[in-house]
Amino acid sequence: MSPNEIFVVVFIMALVMVIGGSAVGLLLSPKSKNIQKGEQYESGIPTRGTSWMQFKVGYYLIAILFLMFDVEAVLLFPWAVLVKDLGVEALYAVSFFLVVLILGLAYAWRKGGLEWK
Amino acid sequence: MLQLSDIITWIHEFLSANIPAEWAVKLIEYVLVGLGFLTLYALIALFLIIFERKICAYFQCRLGPNRVGPWGIFQVIADMVKILLKEIIPLKHNDKLLYYAAPFIVIMGSLLTFGGLQFAKGVHGVDFNIGVFYLLAVSSISIIGVMLAGWSSNNKYSLIGAMRSGAQVISFELSACLSMMAMVILCGSMNLSDMMESQGRLWFIFQAPIPAFIGMVIYLIAAHAETNRGPFDLPEAESELTAGYHVEYSGITFGFFYVGEYCNLFINAAIGALVFLGGWQPLHFPGCEGFNAVMDYIPSCVWFFGKTLLLIFLSLWVRWSFPRLRIDQLLHLEWKIMLPFSLFNILLMAVLVANGWVF
Repeated sequence: MSPNEIFVVVFIMALVMVIGGSAVGLLLSPKSKNIQKGEQYESGIPTRGTSWMQFKVGYYLIAILFLMFDVEAVLLFPWAVLVKDLGVEALYAVSFFLVVLILGLAYAWRKGGLEWK
Repeated sequence: MLQLSDIITWIHEFLSANIPAEWAVKLIEYVLVGLGFLTLYALIALFLIIFERKICAYFQCRLGPNRVGPWGIFQVIADMVKILLKEIIPLKHNDKLLYYAAPFIVIMGSLLTFGGLQFAKGVHGVDFNIGVFYLLAVSSISIIGVMLAGWSSNNKYSLIGAMRSGAQVISFELSACLSMMAMVILCGSMNLSDMMESQGRLWFIFQAPIPAFIGMVIYLIAAHAETNRGPFDLPEAESELTAGYHVEYSGITFGFFYVGEYCNLFINAAIGALVFLGGWQPLHFPGCEGFNAVMDYIPSCVWFFGKTLLLIFLSLWVRWSFPRLRIDQLLHLEWKIMLPFSLFNILLMAVLVANGWVF
């Protein structure tokens, strides 16, 4: 069997597991009606407002930094496979690339982008 | 010596010999492979739940579950039946589609990663030529499910938990990715089968001891943080957020998150064992023929599961020994310590490999 076929099979199995499990749970579990039951649990007091609101911007900054370094990792992977064949010359080129990235990290560090405020 | 791959070949030949239609053979094999993965996945989750409860009990000088069956080993079965019998409470103000899609995405991400592992000699599922890349890519799908779960529950606790989990997982994803890239440099291939083959002579951790060891430590910390456990369990933080992103889930829908979490523990340990510790390859040293021959007698699946269990035990040890970190300490650890170290590690490994200074 080829990897693609197994990939599809495993994906379908995830569907089977979740749908089957939920179906068994729904069949076996008791059901009771209560007005209060569907409310959100927030330590027993009535919920105020919605939770789809503006949120701390620090998380957003982390996500942007992650994006930068993740794209960098994707660009480095093709080189990583070929280090043995390309040898020392390619190493100089890539270390220049890495130095630019490390400078980027240093810039973010200096600007306080890595501090949690 | 009987090996698992022989049994698989035997089943294939048995089916081909007895069933004339080729499509029927394929269909039966698909079902068998799917059910095999699903069963193994569920069994590993069950085993890890009882394993963790016992280990945690011994760390805290307790006995742990000991009533249901000998040493309490049937406790998880009882818990599983109980969780199936629990009511799935319909919430009022949530986003229904995303709320019910979230457990599926978590399970899908971890099951697809599980399918990409190599369990023994010749026993592997999704064996792409970009195997390591595939594992990294698929294992980070789960976080989307976690974010959706927190976001769609319309609950402030779960929102905070999901946001923390997202920030933490994507940060540590980087270090895990970069430390595995160092091993790709050493191997020269991203295919997991090729990686296993080149570790037959000597495990990667011995081939280039210094960068491989740094990479392994970074990977283990990052993988531990990615499973939201131990000192990094801010997303769940039961004393402040009650349970974090799955506070609104009940019954089996909660069970999916639970199973997914334990299987991610196994998957991360297994990737660590495959990439750094040789996976199913026995402990070999070039030149020690007698020693190598003795080690070959231990079956390959025993090697794989033994190494994985060892790393899981390490993870549990850390989890039950250290207090929880704050989020600023956590991000400090990742962005200011582990990321520079893993970049340096890649460069070091590249210099060693390009000059041929490896064993």
